[in-house]
Amino acid sequence: MATESKPATRRAGAFDIRMIIALLVGVYGVVLTIMGIGFTTDADLAKAADVNINLWAGIGMLVFAILFVVWAKARPLQVPTEQPESGDAPPAGE
Amino acid sequence: MHVLAEANLRLNASAIDYVLLAFYFVLVLGIGYLARRQVSSSLDFLLSGRSLPAWVTGLAFISANLGAVEIMGMSANGVLYGLPTVHYFWIGAIPAMLFLGIVMMPFYYGSKVRSVPEFMRRRFGKPAHLVNGVSFAAAQILIAGANLFLLASVVNLLLGWPIWLSIVIAAVIVLSYTALGGLSAAIYNEVLQFFVIVAALLPLTIVGLVKVGGWQGLVDKVTGSPGGSEQLHSWPGDNLTGFGNNFLSVLGLVFGLGFVLSFGYWTTNFVEVQRAMASKSMSAARRTPIIGAFPKMLVPFIVIIPGMIAAVTVSEYVQDKQVLLDGGDAPTGVTPNNAILLLMRDLLPNGMLGVAIAGLLASFMAGMAANLSSFNTVVTYDIWQTYVKKDRPDGYYLRLGRRVTVVGTVLAIGTAFIASNSGNILNYLQDLFSFFNAPLFATFILGMFWKRMTPAAGWIGLVLGTASAITVWGLSQAEILGLTGQGISFVAAGTAFVVDVVVSVGVSLATKPKADKELVGLVYSLTPKETRTHDETGENAGWYRKPGLLAGIVLILTIGLNIIF
Repeated sequence: MATESKPATRRAGAFDIRMIIALLVGVYGVVLTIMGIGFTTDADLAKAADVNINLWAGIGMLVFAILFVVWAKARPLQVPTEQPESGDAPPAGE
Repeated sequence: MHVLAEANLRLNASAIDYVLLAFYFVLVLGIGYLARRQVSSSLDFLLSGRSLPAWVTGLAFISANLGAVEIMGMSANGVLYGLPTVHYFWIGAIPAMLFLGIVMMPFYYGSKVRSVPEFMRRRFGKPAHLVNGVSFAAAQILIAGANLFLLASVVNLLLGWPIWLSIVIAAVIVLSYTALGGLSAAIYNEVLQFFVIVAALLPLTIVGLVKVGGWQGLVDKVTGSPGGSEQLHSWPGDNLTGFGNNFLSVLGLVFGLGFVLSFGYWTTNFVEVQRAMASKSMSAARRTPIIGAFPKMLVPFIVIIPGMIAAVTVSEYVQDKQVLLDGGDAPTGVTPNNAILLLMRDLLPNGMLGVAIAGLLASFMAGMAANLSSFNTVVTYDIWQTYVKKDRPDGYYLRLGRRVTVVGTVLAIGTAFIASNSGNILNYLQDLFSFFNAPLFATFILGMFWKRMTPAAGWIGLVLGTASAITVWGLSQAEILGLTGQGISFVAAGTAFVVDVVVSVGVSLATKPKADKELVGLVYSLTPKETRTHDETGENAGWYRKPGLLAGIVLILTIGLNIIF
């Protein structure tokens, strides 16, 4: 029953909290992975029960950040500018 | 008084840790700046314009409660009591959160009230509203101050900054984003904080578990330590309740903690309910606490387990656990509250250490921002707009909301300084304020389902219920009643609940109820079904968006967890 041809939504631009979460966790992931590969001393390893925690946590964070970016891209934030009424729009990503 | 050894908690933070920490703070302030663009009315500022998706409000719902007191307190309980601490999550939160989403949210969201005290005003009139509004606002300042002080003392221990400096810096950061972006900034930051907290605590837990030789290693070590195997099973939890009788202990946990205390907190505390009110539809509002219940179920694994690991691996605890269990001061100077910090000191290399510090500070700020953002809503709408200046244009209340945030921060700083001089006063006051919650639930649930309940019953029930809880607490403190440990608050809350119900029913029968037409949308029998139920089409369609089904899944998982542990 849409009377307008244009869907009454616009892209919410950069302010999608998912991208900010991905940015933070992604940067942490990169830094930790580099620390884990290049700057882990034997003392560090001994401290953390022989787990290279920087490397593993870093990789985990990178995977998490990528998943969040994929989610945000696959289902972009839709901000209704009019009354939300169309039932045929794809479900918003939340 | 002899001086105890100062525990060595100074962490070896390096430049890279500070860089990671600084990056987090840049994003926190950035969110405040970005959220500001979405604020054009007082409702945008104080209630996010009722526009947020359910997963955002659901995570914020959990994060708002995952403050300093929670993380430090629950890991400390992990040190002292072990697994029975999970009751604070599985019995003491989940059922109440599901109840809020399924039963109570339709009235909160459907009646379009802007705060919990406002619901009180429409259902019971002004006296009950004032009691609720003023006690809530005061409690928020107190808790914000407590969070702030805890944050500053941790920064002082970890990094060596003076306490006053950390108090002021943290307050200014929280103030700048909440005053800029209002509730949206607070909520978005809570979501970010949730992930940072997990990123900090999950690796810590994993390394800790490897260190003790896996789950079996932890079981063996805890069994061999003071407290023993009682700390490895959630039921009956005698050590937690202090009742010394399995049956009474289970009863206390189920009714005291699980029913009265937790329902009182989760279903009537505006800090929590506000997050659901900020969501964009009835369906999303009902899903908010239910979605929050999924992570809430798992939080104990990254908060309590590190506490238990710390108790058997950190050298100070290994040496002093028995002393701490007996309630004494450890010769090494550690307290149970230090568990997470000591574990970080012992296990984490630079890099991960920075993330962990960011996570801790994130959790402290989450708590404080949540207190501030609900404080400014109640003061602006419930106190100022209702009793002081009624019919001003909306822009007036928007500006007022920002100013109230500043005033609230200044008051919280004041409270934090009082706490830094005399910590015990603050603990007592927090205990006292927790007693306002127990009778509130009784009043709300009666008011929502019994239309005969009168305005007079609303406030008299609240006042006498609270007074009875304070009496029980006072008698226990004076050692006239033989209660110890957490048992005191269970019994006090239970008494308050019963007194409130009895008084409310009695007073209602003797006084005049409100007319039916004034109660539409507020009382179950007078609310048309359409305004109670939610839309299941469009973006609310799909089985995974049905509140009832989600609640069922949470319930089954929680029962499963209780059986396993």
